[in-house]
Amino acid sequence: MNELIFFINKVLISGSIIGSIYALGAIGVTLVFGILRFANFSHADLMTSGAYLSFVFAALLPGLGPVIGLPTGFVVLPLSILFLAAFAVTIDVMFYRPLRKRNVRPVMLLVASLGVTLMLHGVIRLFAGTSPRTFFAEQNKDVFRIDVPFETTTRDLIISEPQVLLIITTIICIVSLHQFLTRTRLGKAMRAMSDNSELALVSGINTDKVVQATWVIAGTLAAIAGTLLALDVVLKPDLSFNLLLPIFAAAIVGGIGRPYGAIAGGLLVGFSETLAVFNWSVLLRPFAEYFPEWVEIPSRLNFVPTEYKIIVPFVILIAVLIWRPTGIFRGQVI
Amino acid sequence: MNFRRYQREYLFFASVGVAVVLIVLNFGDAYALRMLAEAACYAILALGLTIQWGYAGLFNAGGMGFVAIGGYITMLIAFPVNHDFWGSEGAAALGEFLLEMLVVVAVVIGITQIHRIGIRGKLKVILILIALVIAFFVFNNQLVPVARLIERESGFIGGLGLPVMLGWIAGGLAAAFVAYWIGKACLGLRADYLAIATLGIAEIIKAILKNADWLTRGTLTVSPLPWPVPTPNDIGFVAARAAYLALTAILVAVLFVLLQRAYRAPWGRMMRAIRDDEVAAAAMGKDINLRRLQMFVLGSGLIGFGGAVLISFSRIFDPSGFTPLKHTFLVWVMVLVGGAANNLGAIFGAVAVYIIWLMGEPIMLFLFENVRLYGSLWFDWQAPDDLMARALQARVFFIGLTITLALRFVPNGLIPERIGRIN
Repeated sequence: MNELIFFINKVLISGSIIGSIYALGAIGVTLVFGILRFANFSHADLMTSGAYLSFVFAALLPGLGPVIGLPTGFVVLPLSILFLAAFAVTIDVMFYRPLRKRNVRPVMLLVASLGVTLMLHGVIRLFAGTSPRTFFAEQNKDVFRIDVPFETTTRDLIISEPQVLLIITTIICIVSLHQFLTRTRLGKAMRAMSDNSELALVSGINTDKVVQATWVIAGTLAAIAGTLLALDVVLKPDLSFNLLLPIFAAAIVGGIGRPYGAIAGGLLVGFSETLAVFNWSVLLRPFAEYFPEWVEIPSRLNFVPTEYKIIVPFVILIAVLIWRPTGIFRGQVI
Repeated sequence: MNFRRYQREYLFFASVGVAVVLIVLNFGDAYALRMLAEAACYAILALGLTIQWGYAGLFNAGGMGFVAIGGYITMLIAFPVNHDFWGSEGAAALGEFLLEMLVVVAVVIGITQIHRIGIRGKLKVILILIALVIAFFVFNNQLVPVARLIERESGFIGGLGLPVMLGWIAGGLAAAFVAYWIGKACLGLRADYLAIATLGIAEIIKAILKNADWLTRGTLTVSPLPWPVPTPNDIGFVAARAAYLALTAILVAVLFVLLQRAYRAPWGRMMRAIRDDEVAAAAMGKDINLRRLQMFVLGSGLIGFGGAVLISFSRIFDPSGFTPLKHTFLVWVMVLVGGAANNLGAIFGAVAVYIIWLMGEPIMLFLFENVRLYGSLWFDWQAPDDLMARALQARVFFIGLTITLALRFVPNGLIPERIGRIN
């Protein structure tokens, strides 16, 4: 049974954690793609910026967390959401809108987003340095150990407080996004514009407002995802540059422009990654006696060594592009 | 070639010339020669990117990957033979492993032909997928012991000791080969997908080179890489670098002439037609995806070749030294600032931006030394210890700013494409 608990800890819990992060990032990417028609390379750095914003706020208001009983970084999240959403809109006004007004090809916006991502990179490195930081310098990271009521187990299920918060927050985000997209005027306008922007324009939808709303949502999700990831792991400047590929893979797997697809894609990519690097010999070892004698179970048996984890989202991406470029949920843009 | 028509070109190249003279006077010959030789290598990279972006409108965000392939293949071909390895058991084990992989590949190819015995449709796809997963699993778990053996016995497999130039060409071909497969998967789709895929493949190539110690010595790095011209150890820094610069300058000139001819030829015209209006070009019967693939493969091959020349010049193969910033985005700035779809613009952009990039280092250090000084004098500000390192890291901000500003204010670059007229 210990092995099974190990599997749950390493695959089910880690997979849903990283999958939630990817899902949150992919929703942001996919919304921007649906409305503005370009792959936003700066989304990952927006996430990192959100994490650093939370770090700054947490440093400014250190007493807040213990009062409420949650990590300070999480408690200040509304503040960083506010700032990052405003920041995302500002970036759009400064760098993307002038290009849109000139009616350039969408790929030009992609190049501009590359420029934006490099600028964010530079600013973060200048003000925060390159060394990793942690949110839990003064506060303890609570870890829940859940005892499994079986005679034969000695291991516990392990899940940390930030991870619980992450899963709860992700669910709240998804539900409220769903409500927003289906119940409000603005949400419906967004969906209309994502389906057909010319038609949306002639039916009197204020496209500027829709674009703004898109950036606000993208900023909000980026702040949440970045902060929660930094709470779970560690805060460093290249935190999210490694996330770019999995996030894009998740968005494309789910069908670009499809927020619900992005959630499925995020979880798919997250679980594939953890399953691929999982050491399967742990699960095989208890059955060693049932194998013929010449079969020897190696000490490590995984699909991909941990160093090459980035191969997993890439393979998923390429496979989807070859077999089903519209993604599982049939996104409209190819 | 009248002066008035090419005023812009003369002006910009003259200012680069002045900058070079100033650098020679301030920093000495050896430094200026190193800078120019590297700038010439970057010019090859910029030419490769300019035919992808400028001629064909393809977004390649994986320059670093192709540079790394070029660099690695050059190292593999030109680095002296590691006799320890060839005399050890590792060589035999590696041979055995390669044979095993040949069998695996044959089996997988066999399964892809399974429709011949009547298994089609979904079942075939599922079988192929299962075969691929198993093949990868076998590959991965067979490789580990071989790699460990080689690393323990002889460090790494070393090179083949062949001429450097051969390595450069092979590096370009290897990059083109990788580009072919990427292009095949992504070129029929939106430009964004190519950008994402190239970004991914670049990171994967870097990860492999960094972690496969038996191939590359990983973080231990390999040096000194051989040069096709006498090295500084033989004839001193100035003479050796001058020789290398002469060689790279000739390469750039030859490539420039060839590309210029290709640009003017019907083939180049067709490429521009596809870039400007792919629907019209398709209506004229042009195979757009095939042509784009040609462009992408050619450009990536050039980037691989340029990368090989660049890495050889640095004399050290260090997988961690490949960064998206230096090998992808810097080249992008060169092309965007210099002028996409104009080879002269790309060369100008490469030299000018590289000079600015290098000079940015002392300028940033000077600037931040003052920030530290006056910050502590006026505001009693305690600067962090790593301020200087941060200042250098922050140069990436200016790279990004240049990209966005160039897009907004000089969308066609400083030396824009000249629309030719038929007379």
